Amino acid sequence: MAAVQNFPFVVIMLYLTGGVVCSVLRARAAARYCLLLNAAATVLMAMTLAYTLQSGSSYIYLMGHFSAPWGNELRIGPLEALMAVCFCGVMLLTLMGGMEHIFEDCEPGKINLYFGSVSLLMSSIVAILFTNDLFTAYVFIEISSITACAVIAVNYRNGAALVATTRYMIMGLLGSGVFLIGISMLYDLTGHLLFENLGAAVRAISEDAGTLFPLTIIIGLFSVGMGIKSALFPFHTWLPCAHGNATAASSGMLSGLVLKANVFLLIKIFCRIFGLESIVSHHVPDILLVFGACAMVFGSVSALLERDLKRMLAYSSVAQIGYIYLGIGMGTKAGMEAACIQILVHAFTKPMLFCAAGGFMSVSGGSKKMDALRGAARRDPLSGAAFLVGALSMIGIPLFAGFATKLNLTLAALALHGWKTWACVAAIVLSTVLNGLYYLRAAANLCSEPEQPDPKAEPVHARYSWQFVTSMCVFIVLNLYLGICSGRFMDAIHLGLELFS
Amino acid sequence: MGSDLSFSLNLFNYYEAVSMLIFGIGFTVLLLENNLIKKVIALNLMDTGTYLFLAAKGYVNGRAAPIITDGAAQAEAYVNPVPAGLVLTGIVVSVSMTAFLLALTVRLFLRYHTLNFDEIIRLSKKEE
Repeated sequence: MAAVQNFPFVVIMLYLTGGVVCSVLRARAAARYCLLLNAAATVLMAMTLAYTLQSGSSYIYLMGHFSAPWGNELRIGPLEALMAVCFCGVMLLTLMGGMEHIFEDCEPGKINLYFGSVSLLMSSIVAILFTNDLFTAYVFIEISSITACAVIAVNYRNGAALVATTRYMIMGLLGSGVFLIGISMLYDLTGHLLFENLGAAVRAISEDAGTLFPLTIIIGLFSVGMGIKSALFPFHTWLPCAHGNATAASSGMLSGLVLKANVFLLIKIFCRIFGLESIVSHHVPDILLVFGACAMVFGSVSALLERDLKRMLAYSSVAQIGYIYLGIGMGTKAGMEAACIQILVHAFTKPMLFCAAGGFMSVSGGSKKMDALRGAARRDPLSGAAFLVGALSMIGIPLFAGFATKLNLTLAALALHGWKTWACVAAIVLSTVLNGLYYLRAAANLCSEPEQPDPKAEPVHARYSWQFVTSMCVFIVLNLYLGICSGRFMDAIHLGLELFS
Repeated sequence: MGSDLSFSLNLFNYYEAVSMLIFGIGFTVLLLENNLIKKVIALNLMDTGTYLFLAAKGYVNGRAAPIITDGAAQAEAYVNPVPAGLVLTGIVVSVSMTAFLLALTVRLFLRYHTLNFDEIIRLSKKEE
């Protein structure tokens, strides 16, 4: 066994211990430790990705060397490794970009606990990506739910954040409850919890016509559970509050990473347990496609009506989650690949936008309202540049990351037939136009001259820390890299999805 | 047993039916109830429904728990211990969830002096 094969397990354990270690460190030390941890994890995951790409295959990692029906397993393939590299890297950059706001927003004595929560959150995300066991996935979903709530609730002097946390928590509990009952039913039907065994058992019982209805119910329960957790329209009501009221780094990591881990688990369940063809025959993807299309349009319309920058970005996340579900709902390999690239695109773009929004807020007296933010990009040019890149990427301008999604989704849609093609293309076009409207309006508002400059007020200019500058610059470069070299990412995703089935 | 009981004896899956009922009650109350404490209770009810389902499915009539004291019998004599293990894990998860939700409830009550969640949302909107 090559040493590199142990890295996914090592990363999960590093993050788990990080949660404990951060709780006894001082705030600054905990911050440095957490950054170091994320940097180390990114490097380790990059080595794993290189290993899986080089070997062109996936492997099973036995936890404690107990073999199949008894032991717990990790499965590491190119797709999981790619997601893990991107998520760890984005987490590092998000923390760097939002570091100052973390120290401003948190209760002074409890900043170290914030970094502890972030470590645990990352451990659960990486574990959800790699786990080969459905119940382990459930446990880590709950861990991610608690820690995600903790990173919102961390500025609990702000009543709105507290209310948002509670709403998020309750919706999350409903989602995971539905997911758990789905797992229980599937376990009851098959007697397995590991993905491979589940897949074989489901194929075996699918031949019996009597089990088709229970299987449809189970697929529906998984979809609803993960749909609530990842804020699919119509279950998205908790998201704008939660992401709009958290500190900049929290908003970024929640919409960039936490939602995506849940969607990725759903993709894994669809592809590895049920198989794409079987899923399509149960007609659940059709419903996901309709919800995804509704989310794309409805999320964009809500964002257009919003006068609060962070809530606008949160509604934009609802729309972007819709793109992922549109890809999944197509029920084809190409659609699934487009969904995976959208996961990466949004993970690269949204945290950058939230960190930029944090920068604007700190030069505008802490207000999130559009009117107060007028001209903020002039006072804070670096955040302005990042916001512009993010906005162009979300609209889907060529050379920026978002274009990769739009291109692959449209190509996948054109390969479909019947009403689906029209529904998908119409949703993509409409959503793109709406994205363009609200992002460019926001960008224009941020860049324009403030209306009545108060002659007495000292103009506030941004003071950049090296962390913020690094984070923003790397985010911009990554966004362009993903936009220009999306072929490389698509190849890895293609290989990973091939190995799934 | 009398023949008038044969109806109830034919209902072989009443555990599952009841567990789904409990789950449904918990789910609905957690979604719709305004009182935060009742929401916490509903959360536990919902999870209990799931555990009852798992426990009921994991038990096979006439088999014993796999606790081996003097020599193992045939594997057929025992039930699978994994469902019970899943229930235990689930209980741990729901305990931590309950604790977290109660902690949030305390914070909200200290700030807004009410347990009615709609009222709390209204008050927090007014603060802004």
